[in-house]
Amino acid sequence: MKSPGKLAVLAAAALAGVGILSGCSSSSGGGDDGKVNLVVAPVLPGATADALKALHDRVQQFEKKYPNINVKAIEYQWTGTTFAAELAGGTLPDVFNVPFTDSKTLANNGQLADITKYFKQTATAGKWNKNVLDVATGKDGKVYGIPWGPYAMALSYNRDIFTKAGLDPDKPPTTLDEIEQDAKIISQKVPGVAGYMQMTKDNTGGWELATLTQSLGGKLEKVGSDGKVTVTADNPQTKQALAWLKKLRWDDNAMGSNFLFDWSGINQAFASGQVAMYMSGSDVIGSLMQANGFDQKKYGVTTFPLSSSPNAGILSGGNVDVVNVKDSPEQIAAAVKWIDFYRTQPTVDKTAAVNNAKTLAKGDQAVNAPTLPVFDKATWEQNQEWIKPYDNIPVENLKPFNDNIFNQKISPEPPSHTQDLYGALDAVVQAVLTNQNADVDAMLKGVDTKVQALVDADSK
Amino acid sequence: MTVDSPARVRVAKAVRTRRRHNPVTWVQRGGLTTLLFLLPLLIIFGVFSWTPIVEAVIMSFQKTNLVTAPVFVGWDNFVAVFEDPVFWIAVRNTGFFALLALLFGYPIPLVAAVLMSEVKRMKGFYSVLAYLPVVIPPVVSVLLWKIFYDASPNGVFNTILGWVGIPPQPWIQDAVTAMPSLVLEATWAGAGGTIIIYLAALTSVSPDLYDAAEVDGASIWGKIWHVTLPQLRGILFITLILQIIATAQVFLQPFLFTGGGPVNSTTTILLLIYQYAFTQSLGGAYGQATALSLMLAAFLAILSIVYFRLTARWSDN
Repeated sequence: MKSPGKLAVLAAAALAGVGILSGCSSSSGGGDDGKVNLVVAPVLPGATADALKALHDRVQQFEKKYPNINVKAIEYQWTGTTFAAELAGGTLPDVFNVPFTDSKTLANNGQLADITKYFKQTATAGKWNKNVLDVATGKDGKVYGIPWGPYAMALSYNRDIFTKAGLDPDKPPTTLDEIEQDAKIISQKVPGVAGYMQMTKDNTGGWELATLTQSLGGKLEKVGSDGKVTVTADNPQTKQALAWLKKLRWDDNAMGSNFLFDWSGINQAFASGQVAMYMSGSDVIGSLMQANGFDQKKYGVTTFPLSSSPNAGILSGGNVDVVNVKDSPEQIAAAVKWIDFYRTQPTVDKTAAVNNAKTLAKGDQAVNAPTLPVFDKATWEQNQEWIKPYDNIPVENLKPFNDNIFNQKISPEPPSHTQDLYGALDAVVQAVLTNQNADVDAMLKGVDTKVQALVDADSK
Repeated sequence: MTVDSPARVRVAKAVRTRRRHNPVTWVQRGGLTTLLFLLPLLIIFGVFSWTPIVEAVIMSFQKTNLVTAPVFVGWDNFVAVFEDPVFWIAVRNTGFFALLALLFGYPIPLVAAVLMSEVKRMKGFYSVLAYLPVVIPPVVSVLLWKIFYDASPNGVFNTILGWVGIPPQPWIQDAVTAMPSLVLEATWAGAGGTIIIYLAALTSVSPDLYDAAEVDGASIWGKIWHVTLPQLRGILFITLILQIIATAQVFLQPFLFTGGGPVNSTTTILLLIYQYAFTQSLGGAYGQATALSLMLAAFLAILSIVYFRLTARWSDN
């Protein structure tokens, strides 16, 4: 029999072990000083020191305006792959942004906080364009986020590489044929550079194929008058888009040698001069400067060409700032104040717009990255006037986009199981780029069957 | 002389049994101390191993996104996995990876260990050289090899091939060459550990056996075949099943090199589990992910049992 003393020591050790294990719980968000704690995530991981300085200044301005809110800003990139686990594990920030593609799905899944009450208290609540706010509205009619920075898909290009290849960077291509011709010239004259490339991995391949399809007047999903969604990936325009990619890849050899790019991978390749032209959101220069330190003087952007089809439209997207569903009402209220301050006010309030532009310019962050109107065109134009003195991306570099974007019809993303559809189409795009004899017809039919089954399962 | 009746014997045995399992006796014999020593381990295993396993079994019969209340859906998740065409592709790819890893990854460490054991000088240097890839963090290795596999003519491997007149290869950018490329890196990264195990086992082989074989006129090959391999068979059986289990769970290489592409040619079972759980429908398919995990676990358990049954009579034990 052991002595009682030894037993007590052992018991204490065992209890200490339990204590260590149970110490992994998260805080409630309320500070001891009565302040509300808020973790916000407005910059990408790997943001430059300038970007972090600009963010720090904005946080200080916010805390001065709302002294009862403590803001901790972190570097964070929302991804569908980590979101659910972070939410369940309690490590998700209080405010983060999700793409238009996913906001409705998350809201309907019950994975986002309902911010309707606090959203209605913001000064701009009644000003929102219903079509824009719709991406952040659940099927229950409640508001689950605040949209910002809507963009149209566009063609980004490296002006320096254009010059090296003997092309005029002020006259970027305006048709798919011209993109192909220029890409061919670049890959011939500037060895080691892909003339044109698209994303292919982690659902981005499908996203960009959807852009091509819609720019040619096709649709990957059709919604019937009864609301029933039919997946139509096996359509002539998608096949035309894939044939265009096939020509670039196999006839022209103008797409380089890496065919497995995701969003950040292709940004990196573009910023390091390995890709001359690529398709992305019109606002991508903001990320290129923030995360890749890309010199904006080399940057050019133009509208992605649309065919003459009356149904042709440019795929649009954007971001929605949303709030952690596990937050307390005080945190949700504070979160909406932050989103309003950080995202919305700089678009409608002159002082906020100028302050924001000054801070961004001081931190060498994109001030005039091309976006689409979040409210209406007049408000957007007014905003552009306010920030004009602080523009730090050469305006002439953005001219091909800004001059033409309002002539393009905006086309929303496929409405149902969007990410599943994009994921299934990744393989089709990869097949075309890596196998000259890929059976596109069979693969597209396979996508239709697979995604239609998911769509149909929803109505059961 | 008294003779114990069978009834009295039974009673005596029962009393002895009761005494053995008496809680007071158990405490007196230090059972409490044993339990206290065991407690931290039980808690750690319970919290971090057994609870997740039990939860995974439950989750495989549910539809859940970890936030809203889960709904029991019976065998639906298992049926959905079987009906997914990518599942069969993943099974085929995992089998292909395991086969290639077995063809290249299994004999190479053995040959290397036998050769190294024959080396008389700088043995330590060769051991360090062989083990170095294991020291490099796996993610770093993959990212390093990703640069080596650059499919442009300027890529590291393609430059080397260019020196001997071989045209640039697509490596991980082509559905045909992607999987062998992944196996090549995995073999390089994992061989060191197995070599060290074999080297250690080789030291236990009695030199007398080699001497005896030499006296009998055995060649080097004869010594390896008739002495080394039979002496190592216990270790060889264990490393073989460990390798099969490890290759059936390959994830890192396809995840980091190719994301399962091109055209699902490197989508393995574990990568598919990951895709179900995290990339499809924003975490809406946890049920399918856990269902497939359970199927893989059951398959590996059955395979291990069959394997040990089959090899029991050839093994030392």
